[in-house]
Amino acid sequence: MSRGPRRSTEDHPLLRVTLGVVAVGFIGLFLVLPLTMVFSEALSRGLAAALAAIEDPDALAAVRLTGIVAAVAVPLNAVFGIAASWAITKFDFCGKGLLTTLIDLPFSVSPVVSGLIYVLIFGLQGWLGATLRDWDFKVIFALPGIVLATMFVTFPFVARELIPLMADQGREEEEAAASLGASGLQTLLRVTLPNIKWGLLYGVLLCNARAMGEFGAVSVVSGHIRGLTNTMPLHVEVLYNDYQFVGAFAVASLLALLAIVTLFLKSFLEWRYADEIAATHRH
Amino acid sequence: MSASSGSLASRWRNANVLPGFGLSLGFTLFYFSAVVLIPLAALVIRPWSLGFEGFWHILTDHRVVAALRLSFGAAAIAAAINAVFGLIVAWVLVRYRFPGKRILDAVVDLPFALPTAVAGIALSTLYAPQGWLGEPLSHLGLKISYTPFGVIVALTFIGLPFVVRTLQPVLADLSLDSEEAAATLGATRAQTMIRVILPMLLPSLLTGATLAFARAVGEYGSVIFIAGNLPAVSEIAPLLIVIKLEQFDYAGAAAIGVIMLAASFVFILALNLLQQWAGARR
Amino acid sequence: MSLVVESIAKRFERFPALNGVSFTAPQGAFVALLGPSGSGKTTLLRILGGLEFSDEGSVHFDDLNWLSLPARERRAGFVFQNYALFRHMTVAQNIAFGLSVRPRRNRPTRHAIAKRVEELLALVQLDGLGKRYPSQLSGGQRQRVALARALAIEPRMLLLDEPFGALDAKVRKELRGWLRALHERLGLTTIFVTHDQEEAFALADLVAIMNKGKIEQYGTPEDVRSAPKTRFVAEFLDSAAV
Repeated sequence: MSRGPRRSTEDHPLLRVTLGVVAVGFIGLFLVLPLTMVFSEALSRGLAAALAAIEDPDALAAVRLTGIVAAVAVPLNAVFGIAASWAITKFDFCGKGLLTTLIDLPFSVSPVVSGLIYVLIFGLQGWLGATLRDWDFKVIFALPGIVLATMFVTFPFVARELIPLMADQGREEEEAAASLGASGLQTLLRVTLPNIKWGLLYGVLLCNARAMGEFGAVSVVSGHIRGLTNTMPLHVEVLYNDYQFVGAFAVASLLALLAIVTLFLKSFLEWRYADEIAATHRH
Repeated sequence: MSASSGSLASRWRNANVLPGFGLSLGFTLFYFSAVVLIPLAALVIRPWSLGFEGFWHILTDHRVVAALRLSFGAAAIAAAINAVFGLIVAWVLVRYRFPGKRILDAVVDLPFALPTAVAGIALSTLYAPQGWLGEPLSHLGLKISYTPFGVIVALTFIGLPFVVRTLQPVLADLSLDSEEAAATLGATRAQTMIRVILPMLLPSLLTGATLAFARAVGEYGSVIFIAGNLPAVSEIAPLLIVIKLEQFDYAGAAAIGVIMLAASFVFILALNLLQQWAGARR
Repeated sequence: MSLVVESIAKRFERFPALNGVSFTAPQGAFVALLGPSGSGKTTLLRILGGLEFSDEGSVHFDDLNWLSLPARERRAGFVFQNYALFRHMTVAQNIAFGLSVRPRRNRPTRHAIAKRVEELLALVQLDGLGKRYPSQLSGGQRQRVALARALAIEPRMLLLDEPFGALDAKVRKELRGWLRALHERLGLTTIFVTHDQEEAFALADLVAIMNKGKIEQYGTPEDVRSAPKTRFVAEFLDSAAV
């Protein structure tokens, strides 16, 4: 590596080694070790015990619920993301900057507050609590509340990926399509979507990871009813607090696998389609 | 479209041949209001049912003050730790070439991808008195799990990628000219780092640290398992909201929630100011 | 007391950037390295500045084995093509930088540095602009700040990389005359890189015409213009005359 004299923009070899060791050590200690811990604890009583915990009916119900929640929240947020970025990047209107800033708001709000706001509206003592009770329709401690809270925390993922991307791409191609007689829907499906598909996939990927893994917001609205309103992260909590560590870590390792697959796909997209996804990757 | 509606629309948006403005903006505003804006308004209105004095009474409660202090204090310490180590990690990832770099780069995002509850139980077990790290540390007289130190560890875990991911593109764009100029003017490498590179990175470093701080203040899942949750000692503010909700003290929960929401707005404002500062340097 | 460059060779990964370059410049000479892009002229300048390292050859200046000195000990005032001003420092802080990073025993007092900065600001005709930031200056003003910053370290020589490259034609002409006058006053050996032959011939005492990592011809502007030695030189001079 180091041949000849050191350039004035290169660090001293000793500094390079020191900083490299510090960086790898910090990531190893703070990030990799906890991840390893999850699998190691899950398998501490053997593979059979871990699989048994996953095949438990309550665990399977949690997996199913998590799937349902993501299947509702992610497509809705994807549609919102496309609509919002279309409006924001293809048109100029007043309040555009404010809207763009506000879309990011759920990222800065505590997950617990994200759940709390729905309890304040739909909970028993909430604004609509009495009405909902009369109609016999449950939102809090039921599926609708869990979906709403998940929608809130994953709200910005697709939009914040698509807005910079579509802003970069400009309006010319859409204007060309319009001048050639394409309808709005045709323009969207045949010009815009093909241009943003990798960015959209990237946003959906991150949105899905957060939707399946969300804990704080969902915990507030779920009521922790086993086999009924427990998503996978909540099931992990219940098992852990019951001192069923193997079971807790077995279900946790499913979520950890999801995280690893997400990271792998994310890195792949960043590497393969670097030019076709937005430049700002903060979340 | 009639001429009159066209001129009405053009009053607040520029003329454009593309279709779908009304539909896309309409849906955006409806969905945004339904999911985000109205629920947040419900939060802001709620605690005032107690009157200002009732609101103030909740916020000055000993346990609430301690929880807020812990959430903000631990988040600040974690953000400072991440500023230092995040800078080193970003520098190593951008400037050095070594095998396995792509993997190290991908792993940095782990806290974004790993559900917080999973991180929480893993960290808690790792730093428990019999854990892989907890045991050696306990011989040194350091107790992490079930103490405020545990809160700091969890918040450091979730905050690291914010600093690294904010710095990385800025570092990659930093032209080597400035460093070369410093060298030709007689600066040592250390002087160049401290007086040239670090100040140029400062706005981004502060932005990343603020993002990490903002996220950490509201963090719940990764903290509650490791914190031990002793009232007024290792109990964080979001947990106190959950406890008040379980006691059906909606107004009390909302009061703490409003404070946390106000903090969120301060963070957004701070981030916008930092962005302007960075922009003014161009 | 002259600059003697001997058989400098430099290979980048695939292609040779410099292929045995030699020339001599007397003390105080104003030398232009002229050539098309990719001819190796900037690489040669960066080797003289200590920012790049040659594979072969030697450079002697003032009885110094020039190439054995690290960049920061050469005191070669290097002016970068895009100036490389420190964005986070004021103009005055930029100019003072080279003095303020000296080891404590050689470092002038704060007062002396401030005085020197004032002198340099006057020299480059930017009096009163010390408190501004680079982003608040015009291109020509930034150029002169970069020059003042390089002069602050009392350089042994001046190295200018496309000094007027980023400026528009009018400012370019103005600065050209000013730079020549400054050179007469300071008497520093100055090497500058340019692809603009009008500029090279108007400014320099000696012109080195470079192509593909070699010097095709080296001499006074008059000699080069009246008697091109190679076909490349003749065509190169011709092409720009059109």
